[in-house]
Amino acid sequence: MELKIKALDTDFLIVGGGTAGCYAALTFCEESEGRILIAEKADIKRSGCLAAGVNAINAYIVPGRKARDYVNYAMSDAEGIARDDLLVTMAEGLNRTVSKLESLGLTILKNEEGQYVTRGNRNIKINGENMKPILADAVAAQKKITVLNRVNVFDYIVEDNRIRGAFAISVDEPVLYVISAKAVLCATGGASGLYQPNHPGFSQHKMWYPPFNTGAGYAMGIRAGAEMTTFEMRFIALRCKDTIAPTGTLAQGVGAKQINSLGEIYEQKYGITTSQRVHGTVMENLEGRGPCYLKTEGITKEQDEDLQKAYLNMAPSQTLRWLESGLTPSLQNVEIEGTEPYIVGGHTASGYWVNTNRETTIKGLFAAGDVAGGCPQKYVTGAFVEGEIAAKAALKYLGDTIAPPDEEKVQAAKSRLESFCNACPSSVSADDLEKAMQAVMDEYAGGIGAHYRYSEQSLKTAAEKIEGIEQQAQLLFAAEPQELVYILELLERLTLCKSVIAHLRARKETRWHSFAEHTDYPQTTPQWNLYINSRLINGELTVFFRPLVKEGAIYEH
Amino acid sequence: MSIEISKNLCVGCGRCVRVCPGSLIRLDGKALIPRPERCWGCASCVKECPVQAISMFLGEDMGGLGGKLAVRKENTRLHWTVRKPDGTCLTLMVDSRSSNKY
Repeated sequence: MELKIKALDTDFLIVGGGTAGCYAALTFCEESEGRILIAEKADIKRSGCLAAGVNAINAYIVPGRKARDYVNYAMSDAEGIARDDLLVTMAEGLNRTVSKLESLGLTILKNEEGQYVTRGNRNIKINGENMKPILADAVAAQKKITVLNRVNVFDYIVEDNRIRGAFAISVDEPVLYVISAKAVLCATGGASGLYQPNHPGFSQHKMWYPPFNTGAGYAMGIRAGAEMTTFEMRFIALRCKDTIAPTGTLAQGVGAKQINSLGEIYEQKYGITTSQRVHGTVMENLEGRGPCYLKTEGITKEQDEDLQKAYLNMAPSQTLRWLESGLTPSLQNVEIEGTEPYIVGGHTASGYWVNTNRETTIKGLFAAGDVAGGCPQKYVTGAFVEGEIAAKAALKYLGDTIAPPDEEKVQAAKSRLESFCNACPSSVSADDLEKAMQAVMDEYAGGIGAHYRYSEQSLKTAAEKIEGIEQQAQLLFAAEPQELVYILELLERLTLCKSVIAHLRARKETRWHSFAEHTDYPQTTPQWNLYINSRLINGELTVFFRPLVKEGAIYEH
Repeated sequence: MSIEISKNLCVGCGRCVRVCPGSLIRLDGKALIPRPERCWGCASCVKECPVQAISMFLGEDMGGLGGKLAVRKENTRLHWTVRKPDGTCLTLMVDSRSSNKY
């Protein structure tokens, strides 16, 4: 297989047409006459986290609350390891993006006075099954936006720490795209598939986070020498057993409490932050009081039916489970379990180290949504706001001139890819190595099988084994473009695994149960009130610390 | 967790190929999913199919009982049907203009 080269140029390249990417494209369009190119490895109609839909806006400033309340909530959930300046700029924009989505056609539940109906202190109720098609339609209506579907960006083009575009390959044809751009937004989403999932067999992709989000954005940043932050703050979701469907709708919608097999409500015992809820469930199981459930038995018939419909709008597998078994939530409590760990900056603080404009340490490269660090509890609306902030800030580069990369650089990228296409067909596949990687991470870097725990020694072992798998991966063979994409995705995950392990090793405390449970250091200590950041310097992954950006302060690069 | 595409019902329009967020469906006259274990279960293709040729099921490894979930679109309404192995069917309707209550 020989790759044909196709050169493209644009003003603003958006890598990933998901939640943040689409919103950024729409904003850039409103603010300038510049050209926008969205490179999306699937198709923007249903790609990214919103594929199945979402049934609530989870980040919203409800009447009577202020942006600061939201910032305080997110900061407290992160036990202080988040950026005040990023949280403030995000929280201030949340409600604005909801109005915009409503004008595009999103259904939001309203009361008789025409006000949004709230669910708790930060949520409003919507019908978000079609949120992604709504965004995709809005993007399609703009002539200045070109969407390149089924094209996978795998590396940035950077010179003198200034972004100049990116390399991409087609999922369908042997084509290498060389895209020149004045500014680039990374909006690829976070990473799943680093750890062995709940169901490693046939249902291996029945996971919380999109299995197609491979951490490409993180890996490209790491390789290009961007500064990254807080990879040790992993995210583990507490979900309905097997279907991995959301539990928030049961907990907040019908007030279902977490109970153990003895029927005792255990959530107060451990605390109610996200990590404490997971940890409590792990502990109840370990101490012989599992399985654990959300207590739904006894809810009304009407609530039961409404729940079945609500899940069809975001996690239809759960409704299928209820209906095929006949055991709907009013008849049987819903069993819960923790997922495997993910790296996802929309929920925790992992990702690119950015300034308040969401610009990374590479000039002209922005990050929004799950790849942007320091700003947890973003959910959908927070990702929109970050896309909006980044798009507005990217305007300043419109006047720049960017020359296409040197031929030498293009040929190097081409021959690297072709080395996989021309390798000897081997007995080992990218799938095999992915499973090996997931098993290592599970056992030695705190996966489900290790009850999310790790030690200095186990992390050292994990690092060595991941290194070995990475060497084997260089010899993989791709017979067609899709297989080449799978190899690149495996390499992205391996790059990220190494950074995650390095960050877990660096934080010598247990700040968040389960998310980062270090058995050698089971306590939290104030000396770790700092950010753990990392950067590739002369090919070496270097970990360093930064002081916290506290209330009122603003970090600048 | 995956999908099943009925060869008899599929008309080969390719709309499912387009919407799959994992680019897992191919068109060879009719739609097929060569690697069903890579499916996320998002149901995008199930909703997109104009002839209800695609249904989703829960794998046995996650406690699936053989039920199949398909959906028919009628303007803003989605009619979801679960067909159990014994042939019985249950249908639920969700209108995208009405918000969910939870």
